[in-house]
Amino acid sequence: MKGNDKIIEFRNITKGFGDKCVLNDISFYVKKGEFLTLLGPSGCGKTTLLRLLAGFGNTDKGEILINGVNITDVPPHERPVNTVFQRYALFPHLDVYENIAFGLKLQKVPTDEIDKKVRKVLKMVSMTDYEDRDVESLSGGQQQRVAIARAIVNQPKVLLLDEPLAALDLKMRKDMQIELKEMHKKLGITFIYVTHDQEEALTLSDTIVVMNEGKIQQIGTPTDIYNEPQNSFVADFIGESNILNGKMVKDRLVEFVGHEFDCVDEGFGEDVDVDVVVRPEDIYIMNRTEGAQLTAKVKSCTFKGVHYEMFVDTDKGYELMIQDYNAFEPESEVGLIIRPADIQVMKKERIVNTFEGEIVDESHVKFLEETFECKPQDKFAAGEKVKVEVKFSKVELIDHPEEGMLSGEVHFLLYKGDHYHLTVETDDGDYIWVDTNDIWDKGDLVGINIAPKDIKILKHDE
Amino acid sequence: MKRFFAQCYIWLLLIVLYAPIFFIAVFSFTESKVLGNWTGFSTKLYSNLFTGNMQGTGSLMHAIENTLIIALIAATVSTILGTVAAIGIHNMRGRGKQAINFLNNIPMLNPDIITGVSLFLLFVFLHISQGYVTVVLAHITFCTPYVVLSVLPKLTQMNPNIYEAALDLGATPFQALRKVLIPMLKPGMISGFILAFTMSLDDFAVTFFTRGTIGLDTLSTYIYTDARKGGLTPELRPMITLMFVGILILLIIINLRKIRNSKTAVE
Repeated sequence: MKGNDKIIEFRNITKGFGDKCVLNDISFYVKKGEFLTLLGPSGCGKTTLLRLLAGFGNTDKGEILINGVNITDVPPHERPVNTVFQRYALFPHLDVYENIAFGLKLQKVPTDEIDKKVRKVLKMVSMTDYEDRDVESLSGGQQQRVAIARAIVNQPKVLLLDEPLAALDLKMRKDMQIELKEMHKKLGITFIYVTHDQEEALTLSDTIVVMNEGKIQQIGTPTDIYNEPQNSFVADFIGESNILNGKMVKDRLVEFVGHEFDCVDEGFGEDVDVDVVVRPEDIYIMNRTEGAQLTAKVKSCTFKGVHYEMFVDTDKGYELMIQDYNAFEPESEVGLIIRPADIQVMKKERIVNTFEGEIVDESHVKFLEETFECKPQDKFAAGEKVKVEVKFSKVELIDHPEEGMLSGEVHFLLYKGDHYHLTVETDDGDYIWVDTNDIWDKGDLVGINIAPKDIKILKHDE
Repeated sequence: MKRFFAQCYIWLLLIVLYAPIFFIAVFSFTESKVLGNWTGFSTKLYSNLFTGNMQGTGSLMHAIENTLIIALIAATVSTILGTVAAIGIHNMRGRGKQAINFLNNIPMLNPDIITGVSLFLLFVFLHISQGYVTVVLAHITFCTPYVVLSVLPKLTQMNPNIYEAALDLGATPFQALRKVLIPMLKPGMISGFILAFTMSLDDFAVTFFTRGTIGLDTLSTYIYTDARKGGLTPELRPMITLMFVGILILLIIINLRKIRNSKTAVE
C-alpha cells in the first residue's frame, strides 16, 4: 500500500489519568475515505483516543499524524477535523442556522456563500425549513442532524463521531445508521466513529478497531472480526458465541467438548491448549443422532423473532448455545454437527496466572503485595526474585472480601461451556484469572485465597 | 384549628417584618419633624425631597450619587473578575477546587465589620490614602465572591462539550469564550451583577472603615451621620419609602419574568 493513502496515523499513543493507564501503546492508521469504527466496552479508551485526535487532551507518549504531518501539539481549532459530540453540544443561544454557520463565520466566508452552504447541508440532513428554529425545541434526532450538519459544513478532512446515536431510540438509530452510511458515500471523507454497540459497528464500518482496557484487541473488516476473532474477548464482545477450552491435537484437528473435530487451522503445534469459538448459528442441529459428531439434550428453547435460541447439554456435560430456524423441544435428544470452517481456533492469551514474586523465607513468598504461605522449599534464598505460577482453577474466591488474603472485584466473565473464566481485579489494580463453577456477577466484591500447595515457585527467568 | 394557628403565625411574622417600613411609609405623609408625631396628611416632604428645599440637600444628593457610582463600578468589575474566576474554578480538579470554593465562601460568611476593619488595616499598612478608590476596591473585594457563586452553577449545568465544540469548529480559545461561553453564562452574570450591585448599595460597615477622613459619604454613612446629629432629617422618610417601593417593583418584575421563562421552557 502506498504511504499517501494513510490519512491518519497513531504512533505508540500512551495516555493515563492519574495512575490509571487509559491508552497503552496504541498504533494504527486510517485509510483515506474509510469508515473506521473504534469499538469497545465503556472505559476501554476509545473516546479518549478520539478526543486526542480532535485535540482535547495531551498524549503522554506517542504522536498523531494527519496526512503525514505531526499534529500532536496543534491546538484543536487548527486541526482539519470536526467532531459530532455524544450529547450533540449544540449552542443553545443560537438557532439552527447560526449553529451550522458558526464555523464558516469564523473562517470569514462571505455571507452569500455561507447561506448557500448552510442550505445545502440542511438539505443533506433533511432539515430544510428548520433553520430559524431554536435548537432546544428540536427532538433528539433533529438535534443530532444539526450537529452532523454543523460539522460537515466545514468540509473537514476527517469527521469524528463520538457515539452520535447513543441517545436515540432504536427505530431512530436504525434510520440514522442508514443515513450516516449514505452520507459517508456522498461526502467521500474519512469517518472515525466511536461506539460500544457491536451491531452498529458491523453495519456501518469498513474497518473495525476493537479495543479493551486501553489496548487494541483486533483490527479488521466486520466479516474478519466476526468470523475470525483473534481472542476470547473479541469473540465474546462481537455477537453471540460459544467460547470453549480446547486442545490442538495436531494441524487441522482440534479437541473440545470432549470430542475431536476437523478444522482448518494450522501452525499451533501439537497438544497445545487453545480457545475455540463456535458461533451459535454455525452448529447444525437435527432430530436424529446417527451421522452426528456429538449428541446433546435440549435444555431450553426460546423464540427470538427470526430464529430460535436453544441451550443444550452435550453428552460430555458441556453447555452450548445454538441458533436455528427450527425449534427443538426441551428434553429431546438431538445430534450436532460443526463444519471445519466454522470452528475458529485462537491462541490462548495465558494458560496460567503468572506473578513477579520475592521469597520471604523457606515457606513464605511475597507477590501481589501480599505474603502467602507456600510449600516449604530450599531452592531459593530469602529476598530472591522468583516467578510464581497459580493455576486458574486453584484460585479460590469467597463471598466476604475481608476473609480473603486479597480482595478484589469481578471484572470480566466468560462462560466456557462447563465453567466460568473470571478476570478479577485486585484492590491494587492487578489481575488474577480464575476458573470456577460458582456463579459470580460482574462487579461482585470477592475475597481471594490461594492454598500453599497450589503456589508454584519458579526461577525468575523460567 | 391547627391551620388557623399556622395562618396566625405567618401573619404575625409578616407584620413584625414589615411594620418598621410600613411605619416610615405612613409617616412620610406628614410634616412632623419627629417620627411618630402625626400632624395631618401632607406630601410636603416628598416635594421637599424633589425640589431640594431642605437642609443639607446638596450632601444628600452627593451621597446618593456616590452610592450609585460606587455600586456600578464595583458590580461591573466584580462581575468580570468573578466570571473569570468561576471559569477557572470550574476547570480545576480535585482538592484545589474544593479549597478555592471554601476560600470563596469565607468572605461571604465573614461579618462585614471584620472585612471592613481588616481592609482598613491593610490600606493603612500599605500607606494607601483612603477615599474613593479604597471604597471601590473594598466593594469589589466583597462583591466578587457573590458573582462567582452565581456563575458557577451555570457552568456546572453546561454540557462540557459545548466549549470544545466551539474550538472544534475553528474558534480560538478567546473566540470560544466570547461567542459561546459568555452568552451562555449571561443569566448567571446578570444575577451576579444585580447581587453585587445591591450588596454594594446597602453596605455600611466596610464603607465606614475604608472611606478615610476626606468626608466621602455614601447613602448609608450619610444617614448614619445624620441620625447621630440629632434625629433623622424628615425628608429621609419619603426617600426610604420610595426606595422600598422601587425595589418592590423590581422584584415583582424579576419574579414575573422568571415565571414566564419557566413556562416557555416547559413548552
